[in-house]
Amino acid sequence: MSKMMYRAAVLSTIMEEMERDPNVVVLGEDVVGGMGTAGGPEAIGGIWSTSTGLYDKFGPTRVIDTPISESAIVGAAGGLALAGKRPIAELMFADFIGVSLDQIWNQLAKFRYMFGGKTKCPAVIRMAYGAGYNAAAQHSQSVHQILTGMPGLKVVMPTTPADVKGLLRTAIRDDDPVIFLEHKALYAVQGEVPDDPDFMIPFGHARLSRAGGDVTIISSGLLLGMCEAVADKLAAEGIGCDVIDLRTTSPLDEETILDSVEVTGRVVVVDEAPPRCGLGADLCALVAEKAFSSLKAPPLQVTPPHTPIPFARELESNYLPSVDKIEAAVRRVLSYR
Amino acid sequence: MQLSRDALLAAYRRMKIIREFEERLHIEIQTGEIAGFTHLYCGQEAVAVGVCDHLSADDKIVSTHRGHGHCLAKGCDVNDMMKEIWGSREGLCKGKGGSMHIADVTKGMLGANGIVGAGAPIAVGAALASRVDGPGPNGLNVAIAFSGDGACNQGTTFEAMNFAVVTNAPCIFVFENNHYSEHTGVDYAVGTARDIASRAEAFGMKVWRADGTDFFAVFECMREVLEHVRAGNGPAAVEFDTERFFGHFEGDPQRYRGPGELERIRETRDCLKNFRASVKGASLLADADLDTVDAEVMEAIEAAVAAARAAERPTAEDVLADVYISY
Ligand SMILES: Cc1ncc(C[n+]2csc(CCOP(=O)(O)OP(=O)(O)O)c2C)c(N)n1
Ligand SMILES: [Mg+2]
Repeated sequence: MSKMMYRAAVLSTIMEEMERDPNVVVLGEDVVGGMGTAGGPEAIGGIWSTSTGLYDKFGPTRVIDTPISESAIVGAAGGLALAGKRPIAELMFADFIGVSLDQIWNQLAKFRYMFGGKTKCPAVIRMAYGAGYNAAAQHSQSVHQILTGMPGLKVVMPTTPADVKGLLRTAIRDDDPVIFLEHKALYAVQGEVPDDPDFMIPFGHARLSRAGGDVTIISSGLLLGMCEAVADKLAAEGIGCDVIDLRTTSPLDEETILDSVEVTGRVVVVDEAPPRCGLGADLCALVAEKAFSSLKAPPLQVTPPHTPIPFARELESNYLPSVDKIEAAVRRVLSYR
Repeated sequence: MQLSRDALLAAYRRMKIIREFEERLHIEIQTGEIAGFTHLYCGQEAVAVGVCDHLSADDKIVSTHRGHGHCLAKGCDVNDMMKEIWGSREGLCKGKGGSMHIADVTKGMLGANGIVGAGAPIAVGAALASRVDGPGPNGLNVAIAFSGDGACNQGTTFEAMNFAVVTNAPCIFVFENNHYSEHTGVDYAVGTARDIASRAEAFGMKVWRADGTDFFAVFECMREVLEHVRAGNGPAAVEFDTERFFGHFEGDPQRYRGPGELERIRETRDCLKNFRASVKGASLLADADLDTVDAEVMEAIEAAVAAARAAERPTAEDVLADVYISY
């Protein structure tokens, strides 16, 4: 085990996979940083420090600093993948999927099925998502809601450095397009990470981060920490929470969710994306359909309201789910007898 | 130089307001009081003012992530902008938008923008609206898209240019080439490097080029551009060679700069210094005239910061204001 930050887990996994497989190629805006300047390549090395040193090690054919052209970045990742490479494309902010959505949705996601299963598309599209920085409406969004609804994509949203390592390696070695969502407020979080160069976490396997048996809380990303805080607080009162970290929203680990809900009969889904047609709605429908007879209370979701993300500190903090809001929802589902 | 003394003083005041607005933000941001991402316009003032001095409130502009200068030049209120950047509910966008999303459509300022390249198509739409209205006594109202050298690589910018050409829209694409997109140099990222105008030209529109650190060059060039576009000759593009004095965003270590680069551009490429030298050289204004403006501007900025600090903070209820439905 080694202790490292979430962002270092991203970088070291890319580094290791590039060493292992000469077909792995990185591309994105400022992933080298300093190209065409007096400071020279690597003057900055990626705004999230998730690509520092790659260019020096692997050179310009495998580490491609791109112009500001998200549509072409994702499309080129698709072309690289069809031509036998394993591209890792970076969108600086998840919000920029808007510029490149056709390539993600109508191209990469569809190649395998639309071409009769005769090709694969091993592309990873990494992006920093999430609120908490007062970066306002166009630099704070959580986009798993939109992308999970697109057949053909795998959607990964790791919470811990160890999960970054295991899931990113799986993503790079996977033969389908994978959306890899990194929460920007987690980049500096430290954690123990396995040293095994083949450490992988399979997709579709959620992590039970707290086991309690009275109520099921499902989340992923930044808000998972809040869910754990609520679980720890309630544990002191003798109330046991199962906290499930989904890890991947597609494929979805229905089994872990249903196993838990069959015991607890009570479920709260906590998500950073807006409430309509999202993860909460999806998982509430899942338990209503498949665990109906176990339910002792209506499933609830805790999400931001159906608005764009506001800028001011007071607005953003009230917009986002909080420990208090999660605790209130958990107490509400517990109040049903 | 056909500008009256009053017009010269007004232009200088507007540039100076932008400069001091940004210089002050640079200091205030370090205290942690201001939230979010802030991109300062310092160094590029002559472009915003030299362009917007030709416009009326009926002309529209669409700005970028580096929008404070465009907003101020187009007439957005200094105090209301400062309050917005401070995140107050009294701000120009009630604290919902912040630095990157300042807008005042009543002034023809259709928004700063967090998405690089998103502005140009919006400007085309505003120009098409003007085509619907038809010309007034001064010709057509125009719409201006401010874009950086980085934004000129977005497909949206290309689409907008062609769209404007084929519809003969009274749209002006202003490219502020400050040689950097974030930490990447224009010589790497733009195939035509220091010649963005040639791209616009290839789409079939008339183009101009000028030194963006020289207010008079910008102003004179824009006089011709506006004459051309207001007369219904279709879109035009202008490339201004300019400089950004601060980092890409506040907190940028700027390791991509060459040794002494910042000192050099502050010394030789400062549009305010250049302006002062020109008007003094031509005996149009004296140091004392400009110093008076400087002092007034400093007071105005001081007052704006005090007003922003004292302004009302938003509440939890404000999150759900200005939506047509809430869930
Ligand atoms: C679609 C999109 N891609 C990337 C970014 C991140 N970003 C913000 S500003 C910027 C550089 C823009 O460069 P330029 O257009 O030259 O404007 P300047 O910053 O020099 O004013 C980048 C890459 C963004 N905001 N939007
Ligand atoms: Mg630039």
